[in-house]
Amino acid sequence: MNRREFLGTLAAAAACGVPLDAAHAQVAQKLYDLPRFGNVSLLHFTDCHAQLLPIHFREPSANIGVGESAGRFPHLVGEHLLKQAGITPGTAEAHAFTYLDFAAAARRYGKVGGFAHMTTLVKRLRASRPGALLLDGGDTWQGSATALWTKGQDMIDACKQLGVDIMTAHWEFTYGDHRVQEAVKSLAPIEFLAHNVKTTDFGDPVFKPWVIREMNGVPVAIIGQAFPYTPIANPRYLVPEWTFGIQESELQDLVNEVRAKGARAVVLLSHNGMDVDVKLAGRVRGIDAILGGHTHDGVPVPVVVSNGGGKTVVTNAGSNGKFLAVLDLDVSSSGVSDFRYRLLPVFSNLLPADAQMQNLIDRVRAPFAAKLREPLAVTEGLLYRRGNFNGTFDQLILDALMSVKGAEIGFSPGFRWGTTLLPGQTILREHLMDQTAITYPTVTVNEISGADIKIILEDVCDNLFNPDPYLQQGGDMVRVGGLTYSCDPRAAMGKRIDDMRIGGQLIEAGKRYKVAGWAPVNPGAIGEPVWEVVENYLKQIKTVKPRRPNLPRLIGMGGNQGLA
Amino acid sequence: MNHSRRKAIQSGGGLIAMLLAAGVISPGEALAQSDPFTMKTLAEAMRAVGGPNQTVSDAIIIKAPAIAENGAVVPVGVESKLPGTELIALFVEKNPQPLVGSFGIPSGTVGNVSTRVKMGQTSDVYALVKADGRFYVAKKEIKITLGGCGG
Repeated sequence: MNRREFLGTLAAAAACGVPLDAAHAQVAQKLYDLPRFGNVSLLHFTDCHAQLLPIHFREPSANIGVGESAGRFPHLVGEHLLKQAGITPGTAEAHAFTYLDFAAAARRYGKVGGFAHMTTLVKRLRASRPGALLLDGGDTWQGSATALWTKGQDMIDACKQLGVDIMTAHWEFTYGDHRVQEAVKSLAPIEFLAHNVKTTDFGDPVFKPWVIREMNGVPVAIIGQAFPYTPIANPRYLVPEWTFGIQESELQDLVNEVRAKGARAVVLLSHNGMDVDVKLAGRVRGIDAILGGHTHDGVPVPVVVSNGGGKTVVTNAGSNGKFLAVLDLDVSSSGVSDFRYRLLPVFSNLLPADAQMQNLIDRVRAPFAAKLREPLAVTEGLLYRRGNFNGTFDQLILDALMSVKGAEIGFSPGFRWGTTLLPGQTILREHLMDQTAITYPTVTVNEISGADIKIILEDVCDNLFNPDPYLQQGGDMVRVGGLTYSCDPRAAMGKRIDDMRIGGQLIEAGKRYKVAGWAPVNPGAIGEPVWEVVENYLKQIKTVKPRRPNLPRLIGMGGNQGLA
Repeated sequence: MNHSRRKAIQSGGGLIAMLLAAGVISPGEALAQSDPFTMKTLAEAMRAVGGPNQTVSDAIIIKAPAIAENGAVVPVGVESKLPGTELIALFVEKNPQPLVGSFGIPSGTVGNVSTRVKMGQTSDVYALVKADGRFYVAKKEIKITLGGCGG
């Protein structure tokens, strides 16, 4: 019986009411007892978005690839993903990697992630892989109420306890340059690497670009790549003196430098997003593996990219603490000769909580417990965010904004973080904060002309579907309430959005419409934080009826495997 | 483009207009003498700096972000590996006045310049290089975006 059959057995056992403990132990053993391979091992998680506790997270049913990205990882969803990865439908793994039959499967297999459960898995893998490094791809200090209220300190403490060796960053920067500098000073033994962050005046490096660590006698270089579009996708005023970017030629110089210093394997810990990493891997030589994040793609099978200098393994390790990746490398004197990669789902029911980490989490949450656990409403439907165009939780936020602010149109940013609630679950304040906990949460209300609404939608859509990955920012489409539209992802910039209507009537270019939104990137916005507006709305309605997300009418996407 | 240079251009344009009005110079002479910084299209500005025949060259490297972090100050660098580089000029096609700057490169100097340009919209940026008396060109697109909504 192979691992997949075992997982299938677990499902069958659960369905028949067989006690699960014995089955759990067997399944956990099969899933998590990975035979060691080679002499260098890297453990990697990314984009955990400060989720210390186990959660549900629905993978997208829309993750469209255009141009060269169409039909390949990470732009495969549901059955298309399972087929290409060779995962049996209906298994625990199928649940981890897809949205399929989500609510029922989530009840069957339980929650995922949680730092206490992740710790147990890390310890287990480290026991079989002496010297293994644990890498954190960033988006770690943001995404929960406690992270926001402690400016990321809860996550810093948890990551030290977890044994993170090296990290890079993105949302960390939204606490502002001073907080990041202060936090980095107190981060030891964790190394904070970001080769592509420089000062705007003279282009001096702000952070350490790389480290070389020896594992079982093999010097391995890790280079850190922070999210290149931080001052564009997030407020520039928070990091006014730093410049970011992809910086290919500088990266090539660093790869050459670490090779010259004796590194026999070179790994890029990247927050570029998967499409950017795949393009980069084809253009920069000498990187053996890119351990990637940002786009929250749980990719079970790595993409191997050939370039003039050899091959680069490109991965993306999902989000929200749901996965732990294991990259084993066999490195000889001439370099990396072979590899094994597994992206392990962290099933909280299969991994006992680590007591020390659980203590730390309980301690962090204690001062805020009552506030975090305050019930706001009950949801009758599944509430999720992730997806190219909209999610039910975003629809709820849009409905709240439009209702409370009396706006015809609502805009909500296309963030990819935000956990999932099952039908019947009580929405606690911390669940709402999981969707909204940012340092620029202001709700804005503006009168915007039809022509400008079109410009905004086209601009964001190009950041998502430009065929050149270097021009993509890795977020999803702005969520739109009140306004219907059509979208052709394959069209050129300025020609994707059409047929914009309110109540069935075409909007007029010269007419102004009242638009409510949140998360403005320019300074000086005045208004309540979005969680207050949504909280008031939830307390008023008490029960959240199943939401149907407002989705654009898609053009030319028939057969796209990134679409359910 | 900074404020003082814009003023200088305006006053330069004004001077030519004044001379024209006074009948001191003919319109044809005005065109010949007018500052390429005042040209309104890329073709005119390039012609004014470098003549009509330019060869596309991959020995010219434009160093610029794919997406600008701040359209008001976009760092752009040009490196010319062409032997005998004597002039490097930089143009933003969609700016009201495309010519951004023109740098004389003294003999024996490395052809490597950088500046900051202001851009209101996504545009191709052109680098024109004069080397050994001939003109070469390269281009790169820089995207200007509204921002927000990321990750």
